[in-house]
Amino acid sequence: MAEPGQSPMAARGLARTMAHFWMILGVIIVAFPIYYVFIASTHSVQTILRPPLPLLPGPEAAENYSDAFSGGIGRIGGVSLWRLLGNTTLIALGIALGKIAISMASAYAIVFFRFPFRMACFWLIFITLMLPVEVRIQPTYKVMVDLGLIDTYAGLILPLIASATATLLFRQFFMTIPDELLEAARVDGAGPWRFFKDILWPLSLTNVAAIFVIQFIYGWTQYLWPLLVTNSNEMNTIVIALKKMISFADADTPWNLVMVTSVLAILPPILVVVLMQRWFVKGLVETEK
Amino acid sequence: MARIELQDVRKSYAGQEVIHGVTIDIANGEFVVIVGPSGCGKSTLLRMVAGLEEISAGTIRIGDRVVNTLEPRERNIAMVFQNYALYPHMSVRDNMAYGLKIAGLSKADIDAAVARAASMLELEPFLDRKPRALSGGQRQRVAMGRALVREPAAFLLDEPLSNLDAKLRVQMRLQIKDLHLRTGQTTLYVTHDQVEAMTLADRLVVMDRGIAQQIATPHEVYTTPANEFVAGFIGSPAMNIFDVRSEGGILVLPGGHRVTVADPPPDGDLRLGLRPEDVETVSDGADAFPVVIHSVEWLGADAYGYCVIDNSDTQLTVRMPGNAPAARGDRLKISLSRSRLHFFSKEDGRRLKAQRAS
Repeated sequence: MAEPGQSPMAARGLARTMAHFWMILGVIIVAFPIYYVFIASTHSVQTILRPPLPLLPGPEAAENYSDAFSGGIGRIGGVSLWRLLGNTTLIALGIALGKIAISMASAYAIVFFRFPFRMACFWLIFITLMLPVEVRIQPTYKVMVDLGLIDTYAGLILPLIASATATLLFRQFFMTIPDELLEAARVDGAGPWRFFKDILWPLSLTNVAAIFVIQFIYGWTQYLWPLLVTNSNEMNTIVIALKKMISFADADTPWNLVMVTSVLAILPPILVVVLMQRWFVKGLVETEK
Repeated sequence: MARIELQDVRKSYAGQEVIHGVTIDIANGEFVVIVGPSGCGKSTLLRMVAGLEEISAGTIRIGDRVVNTLEPRERNIAMVFQNYALYPHMSVRDNMAYGLKIAGLSKADIDAAVARAASMLELEPFLDRKPRALSGGQRQRVAMGRALVREPAAFLLDEPLSNLDAKLRVQMRLQIKDLHLRTGQTTLYVTHDQVEAMTLADRLVVMDRGIAQQIATPHEVYTTPANEFVAGFIGSPAMNIFDVRSEGGILVLPGGHRVTVADPPPDGDLRLGLRPEDVETVSDGADAFPVVIHSVEWLGADAYGYCVIDNSDTQLTVRMPGNAPAARGDRLKISLSRSRLHFFSKEDGRRLKAQRAS
């Protein structure tokens, strides 16, 4: 190691060690709050409130989690944890699938069909990217009220479905499909619907998977819109419920249950990422040319 | 199988006409090759026959139907694309079967048709592979197979061999020829490669700038090119073409050389065409003119001498036997009366006459 001839190797080894050191440090900084949420969910309120903050799992884990599932959350927020998780799953799935459906359809139209004002349509979709949801939230709310969709799943899902981002992503992907593939399908006798179903959809699966993951998480973590459009506790999402649980004075907040809820709010999106990622890689390997 | 008739077919993009009225009558079972430089409109013409491009004017008939406004699928044609356009997510079998499946054939019929095409193209071992697991030549064969299974009225091929390496191209060329002989399909084939064009075609369509410059057998196109473009395009190395002046049985060549020709063209300024392989050298004579070799390419059987006509900067390529090539700096005398000559009009490039003395 100490021989002069080996020093470049040693230097490279050192550089690698340093790189790993910084990366591990980064991971620790990012992951620590999440770790702490988990730790706090295994202690009693008293332990959490009394400094110093414990760094190891406590003995109340089982108690906290079973309490949360068997009505503890319901006592505080007026609705069971099951209902919260169910609501959120439904909304996140609705938003993710709805976005995929609508953005694939619009991208398909824009890329593969010639119709009047095609580019105008594209730009109309595109400029909605320039406006954050918050800017158009009042008119959207008014529309939802007029349609009587307050406190409904439709009201929670529909306004969040239209997506310029996903449309653009699909458009970019569709434009990479060689023209000859479309032409070969036309010669083979495939109409627009068959081309979509037999050729475009199978080739898009990896993109669909990626967009599903992103949009599921987007839907799961929605805050402002569910807060506005729901009045009854029954329709709360888990994020809203979390917010409601800690709107008491600090000492009254059941921090242990809040942390349990937080863990349960984080878990499903992680699960989706992990499960889809494996499938996603498989898809990549299969369709890669 | 069917005949294909193009009657004054035109194509315009945004008011700009790119195909200026092409008329071709392709007989049942005929192999017609459209050849031309890139941008000449040959692919556009093929795509119009396929129905992938609309035609701006004229009539296209396949069989006895006018197909001007029909969708590709209604024209009963099969097409092979330059990049093969195989469906990447489908196996070779599914790629070939897709068209038949859409047509609603029974599973048994589809399997039989795929098996027949696969055996013709020696694709049986690859039927369950995806296109990405195949070599270029195999993919090309799958593309051919996909067209074959349809048993269409006509077979359209758009530069099907241009993505293959030279050796494979020769092999596939022979295979395509063989397939055509076996199936007797009416075939329209587009290429920029004149070797493919000459070897495959029953008849050639030489295109340039949206005009069919000549429609004839390969032999006729080679021996009596209709105009200067065809003369220069077909043949490799290209025909030597240069300005001459005809004065009562005497040709005035670049450099001021005056040579007699036995069967003279009309007087005036003309273009003279002389294929490198038709050039005859002599020791001397009133019908000969001197050239100086400035480089020699030796190819084995043949050698090509790149010369300039003495006292001018007009270049001339001469084929010489490979066993006795001349060297750089040598002077040769070229006989006009013993070489095959082509004369073209100086104004519009049209062929005036061809002659062969002795």
